[in-house]
Amino acid sequence: MIAIPVYLSLVLITLIVIFYFERKVPAFIQDRLGPMEAGKYGIIQALADVLKLIQKEDIVPTAADRVLFLAAPFVIFLAVFAGFAVLPLNATFIGSSLYAGVFFIMTIISIDVIGLLMAGWGSNSKFSLFGAMRSVAQIISYEIPFGISVLCVVVIAQSLDLQEISYQQGIWINNYKEGSQEINYLFGLKALGINVTGVGGILTWNIVRMPFLFIAYVIFFIATLAECNRAPFDLPEAESEIVGGYHTEYSGFRFAIFFLAEYGMMLLVSLLGAVLFLGSWNTPFPNIGGLRLAEWTTGEPGTLSNYIWGSFWVISKAFIAMLLQVWVRWTYPRLRVDQLMHLCWKVLTPFGLFLLLLCCIWRLLMI
Amino acid sequence: MKNKTRKGANSSYFGDILESIKTLSEGLWLTLKHIFQATKRRDSSYVSDKNYFDQKTGLVTLQYPYESIPVPDNGRYRLHNEIDDCIVCDKCAKICPVDCITIESIKATEEIGKTSDGTSKRLYAPTFDIDLAKCCYCGLCTTVCPTECLTMTKAYDFSEVDVGNFIYKFADMTWEEAEQKRKEIEAVNAQKEAAKAAAKAAAIEEKVEGETIQEAKPAGAKPAFKPKIRSANPANSPTNPTDEDITNSAQGTENTAKQEKPTVAKPVFKPKIRPVITEAQTKQPDENADISPESNTTTSSESKPAAPRPVFKPKIRPNASVENTEKSIAPVENTAEEKKSQDDEAAEEKKPAAAKPIFRPKIRPIKPQGGKTEE
Repeated sequence: MIAIPVYLSLVLITLIVIFYFERKVPAFIQDRLGPMEAGKYGIIQALADVLKLIQKEDIVPTAADRVLFLAAPFVIFLAVFAGFAVLPLNATFIGSSLYAGVFFIMTIISIDVIGLLMAGWGSNSKFSLFGAMRSVAQIISYEIPFGISVLCVVVIAQSLDLQEISYQQGIWINNYKEGSQEINYLFGLKALGINVTGVGGILTWNIVRMPFLFIAYVIFFIATLAECNRAPFDLPEAESEIVGGYHTEYSGFRFAIFFLAEYGMMLLVSLLGAVLFLGSWNTPFPNIGGLRLAEWTTGEPGTLSNYIWGSFWVISKAFIAMLLQVWVRWTYPRLRVDQLMHLCWKVLTPFGLFLLLLCCIWRLLMI
Repeated sequence: MKNKTRKGANSSYFGDILESIKTLSEGLWLTLKHIFQATKRRDSSYVSDKNYFDQKTGLVTLQYPYESIPVPDNGRYRLHNEIDDCIVCDKCAKICPVDCITIESIKATEEIGKTSDGTSKRLYAPTFDIDLAKCCYCGLCTTVCPTECLTMTKAYDFSEVDVGNFIYKFADMTWEEAEQKRKEIEAVNAQKEAAKAAAKAAAIEEKVEGETIQEAKPAGAKPAFKPKIRSANPANSPTNPTDEDITNSAQGTENTAKQEKPTVAKPVFKPKIRPVITEAQTKQPDENADISPESNTTTSSESKPAAPRPVFKPKIRPNASVENTEKSIAPVENTAEEKKSQDDEAAEEKKPAAAKPIFRPKIRPIKPQGGKTEE
């Protein structure tokens, strides 16, 4: 029950922080300063922007479909926010410990497509409709490589439960289920025989357990960039091409909700990537002989130490992934819609399928 | 191997992927470098600085109100007028292409002072406004200013919230001072007018007498058949034009002269039979020099050698004739004396009359303070 305020505050705080970086990082890339006036070095610029948006007039076009128009931002935000329910912040804190957590998150994220369509159609504007159609096409296309890369991890982990996947990537691998005797081998190869179950750290992360999962992570990263409508896949909301796309007609608070939904989605997919590929709440430090670094910096599940350390690690990893998203946004130009589709169907999906096959074979080598 | 020298030339499936991976990572590396170079900031040096182009990396933004690029000293921005050097010649207002300069001038009764380069100032400026919102910063007004009191300074940041605040007022006279100066000059002009009126009256009397003298002379010549259509027209005195030349604002006298002239329209029918022209007659054709062109031509043909048109009389300073200056000093008080003296010295007065001195009343200002005259 306390998951809602915790995740909501997490989303809002992360929004403020990443928004600051979203202004400063492109400024430094472009040899300029970025916001400097609002607060020292422009720290409270995000707050100023939010306050501004809240105070703006809520304009509803006369010819707009009122119900669709008014409800669309909230549908998108709720779909995104609901996905946070199954993400673990540490060994014991999870909103809802579903056995099919992965499945749930993938389906609930797909509901924001309905919200987008509502926004585009309900605005009764050509730009909005174009933006919405493109966005829908993009999102449902990129769900394929997204799903395939997640499936690679699921095949390796043998479970859809996100908490179980998290446990498997650290030293507490056998603490999740009673009587489990899993063994983590280095690079997941039983044939090598190197038992790193007690070592933990980065060596047990999924991208090291199965090294080709690194490529799967890249596919996952690209696919989720497209899911968020983020550059270089931001054709649906490209300012120079179609004004604002599906959120052209929105102003004030509703626009702020769209904004919140977009950054919330960024956080969601970054967290998901961290949980699936980067070791979740487990530390990157291995136990080196007598120095039980992994234990110290992860903490025993259930202890306060674990609450703090686990949350710290997973949020830091998500944060690095978000910085990477910002970096990528301000480096690359926008993809044209046919290039987008080419990338999805002709590059990411075949590679994803091949990787899936590889993961299945790898799993056989792990047992 | 496929051709890899041109970008995008490799269009095979795997070549394309490899090339894109390579170029994508190059791009990422470039932006990452820029992020790490963001610790350096530029310094605010001007273009003429030697090392202006030396910094190749780092941030290029200057936060304006706190840091700014210096402006060279000959920057052509906001106008500034040293009002103490201004001789109120109105050249800048006339040449301004957008009419942003408003100047109002009051003639001073005497020289106010000198500008810093020695030019004497004779005009007060109660109003000298430059509307810097209209100004197009062309610099024409600074070019034509004879004393170089109007210059362009290097102040460029003078934004105002209210556009009316852009009217910069450079004059430093209060409204009371301006009124006082106006009164002074009006008083002086009134005195001049009165003096002129007196002089004309005296001149007419003198003319009348001069005519009588004239008639006596050409007895041997043709019969001087001259119907005396002499009405009391003091407007025709030759003394008027010289004064009119001097005083711009002495319009009263001109008006009176013009008013009286229509009554003198009669002498068109005067037979202009002039005997040998003597000095005594120099005055006469002057009075016949009416507006009507016929009379003018005849009189001018007849009286050319001896009677220069009063309009063109040179302003000869009456060094010799001290009497006239004395007369002119207190014309209001001594009109009677003036007339007498004119009557007495009819002949002598012709030259001095011809060389009417420039009217310079030395009237002290009404109020005791003479502060403005020293400026």
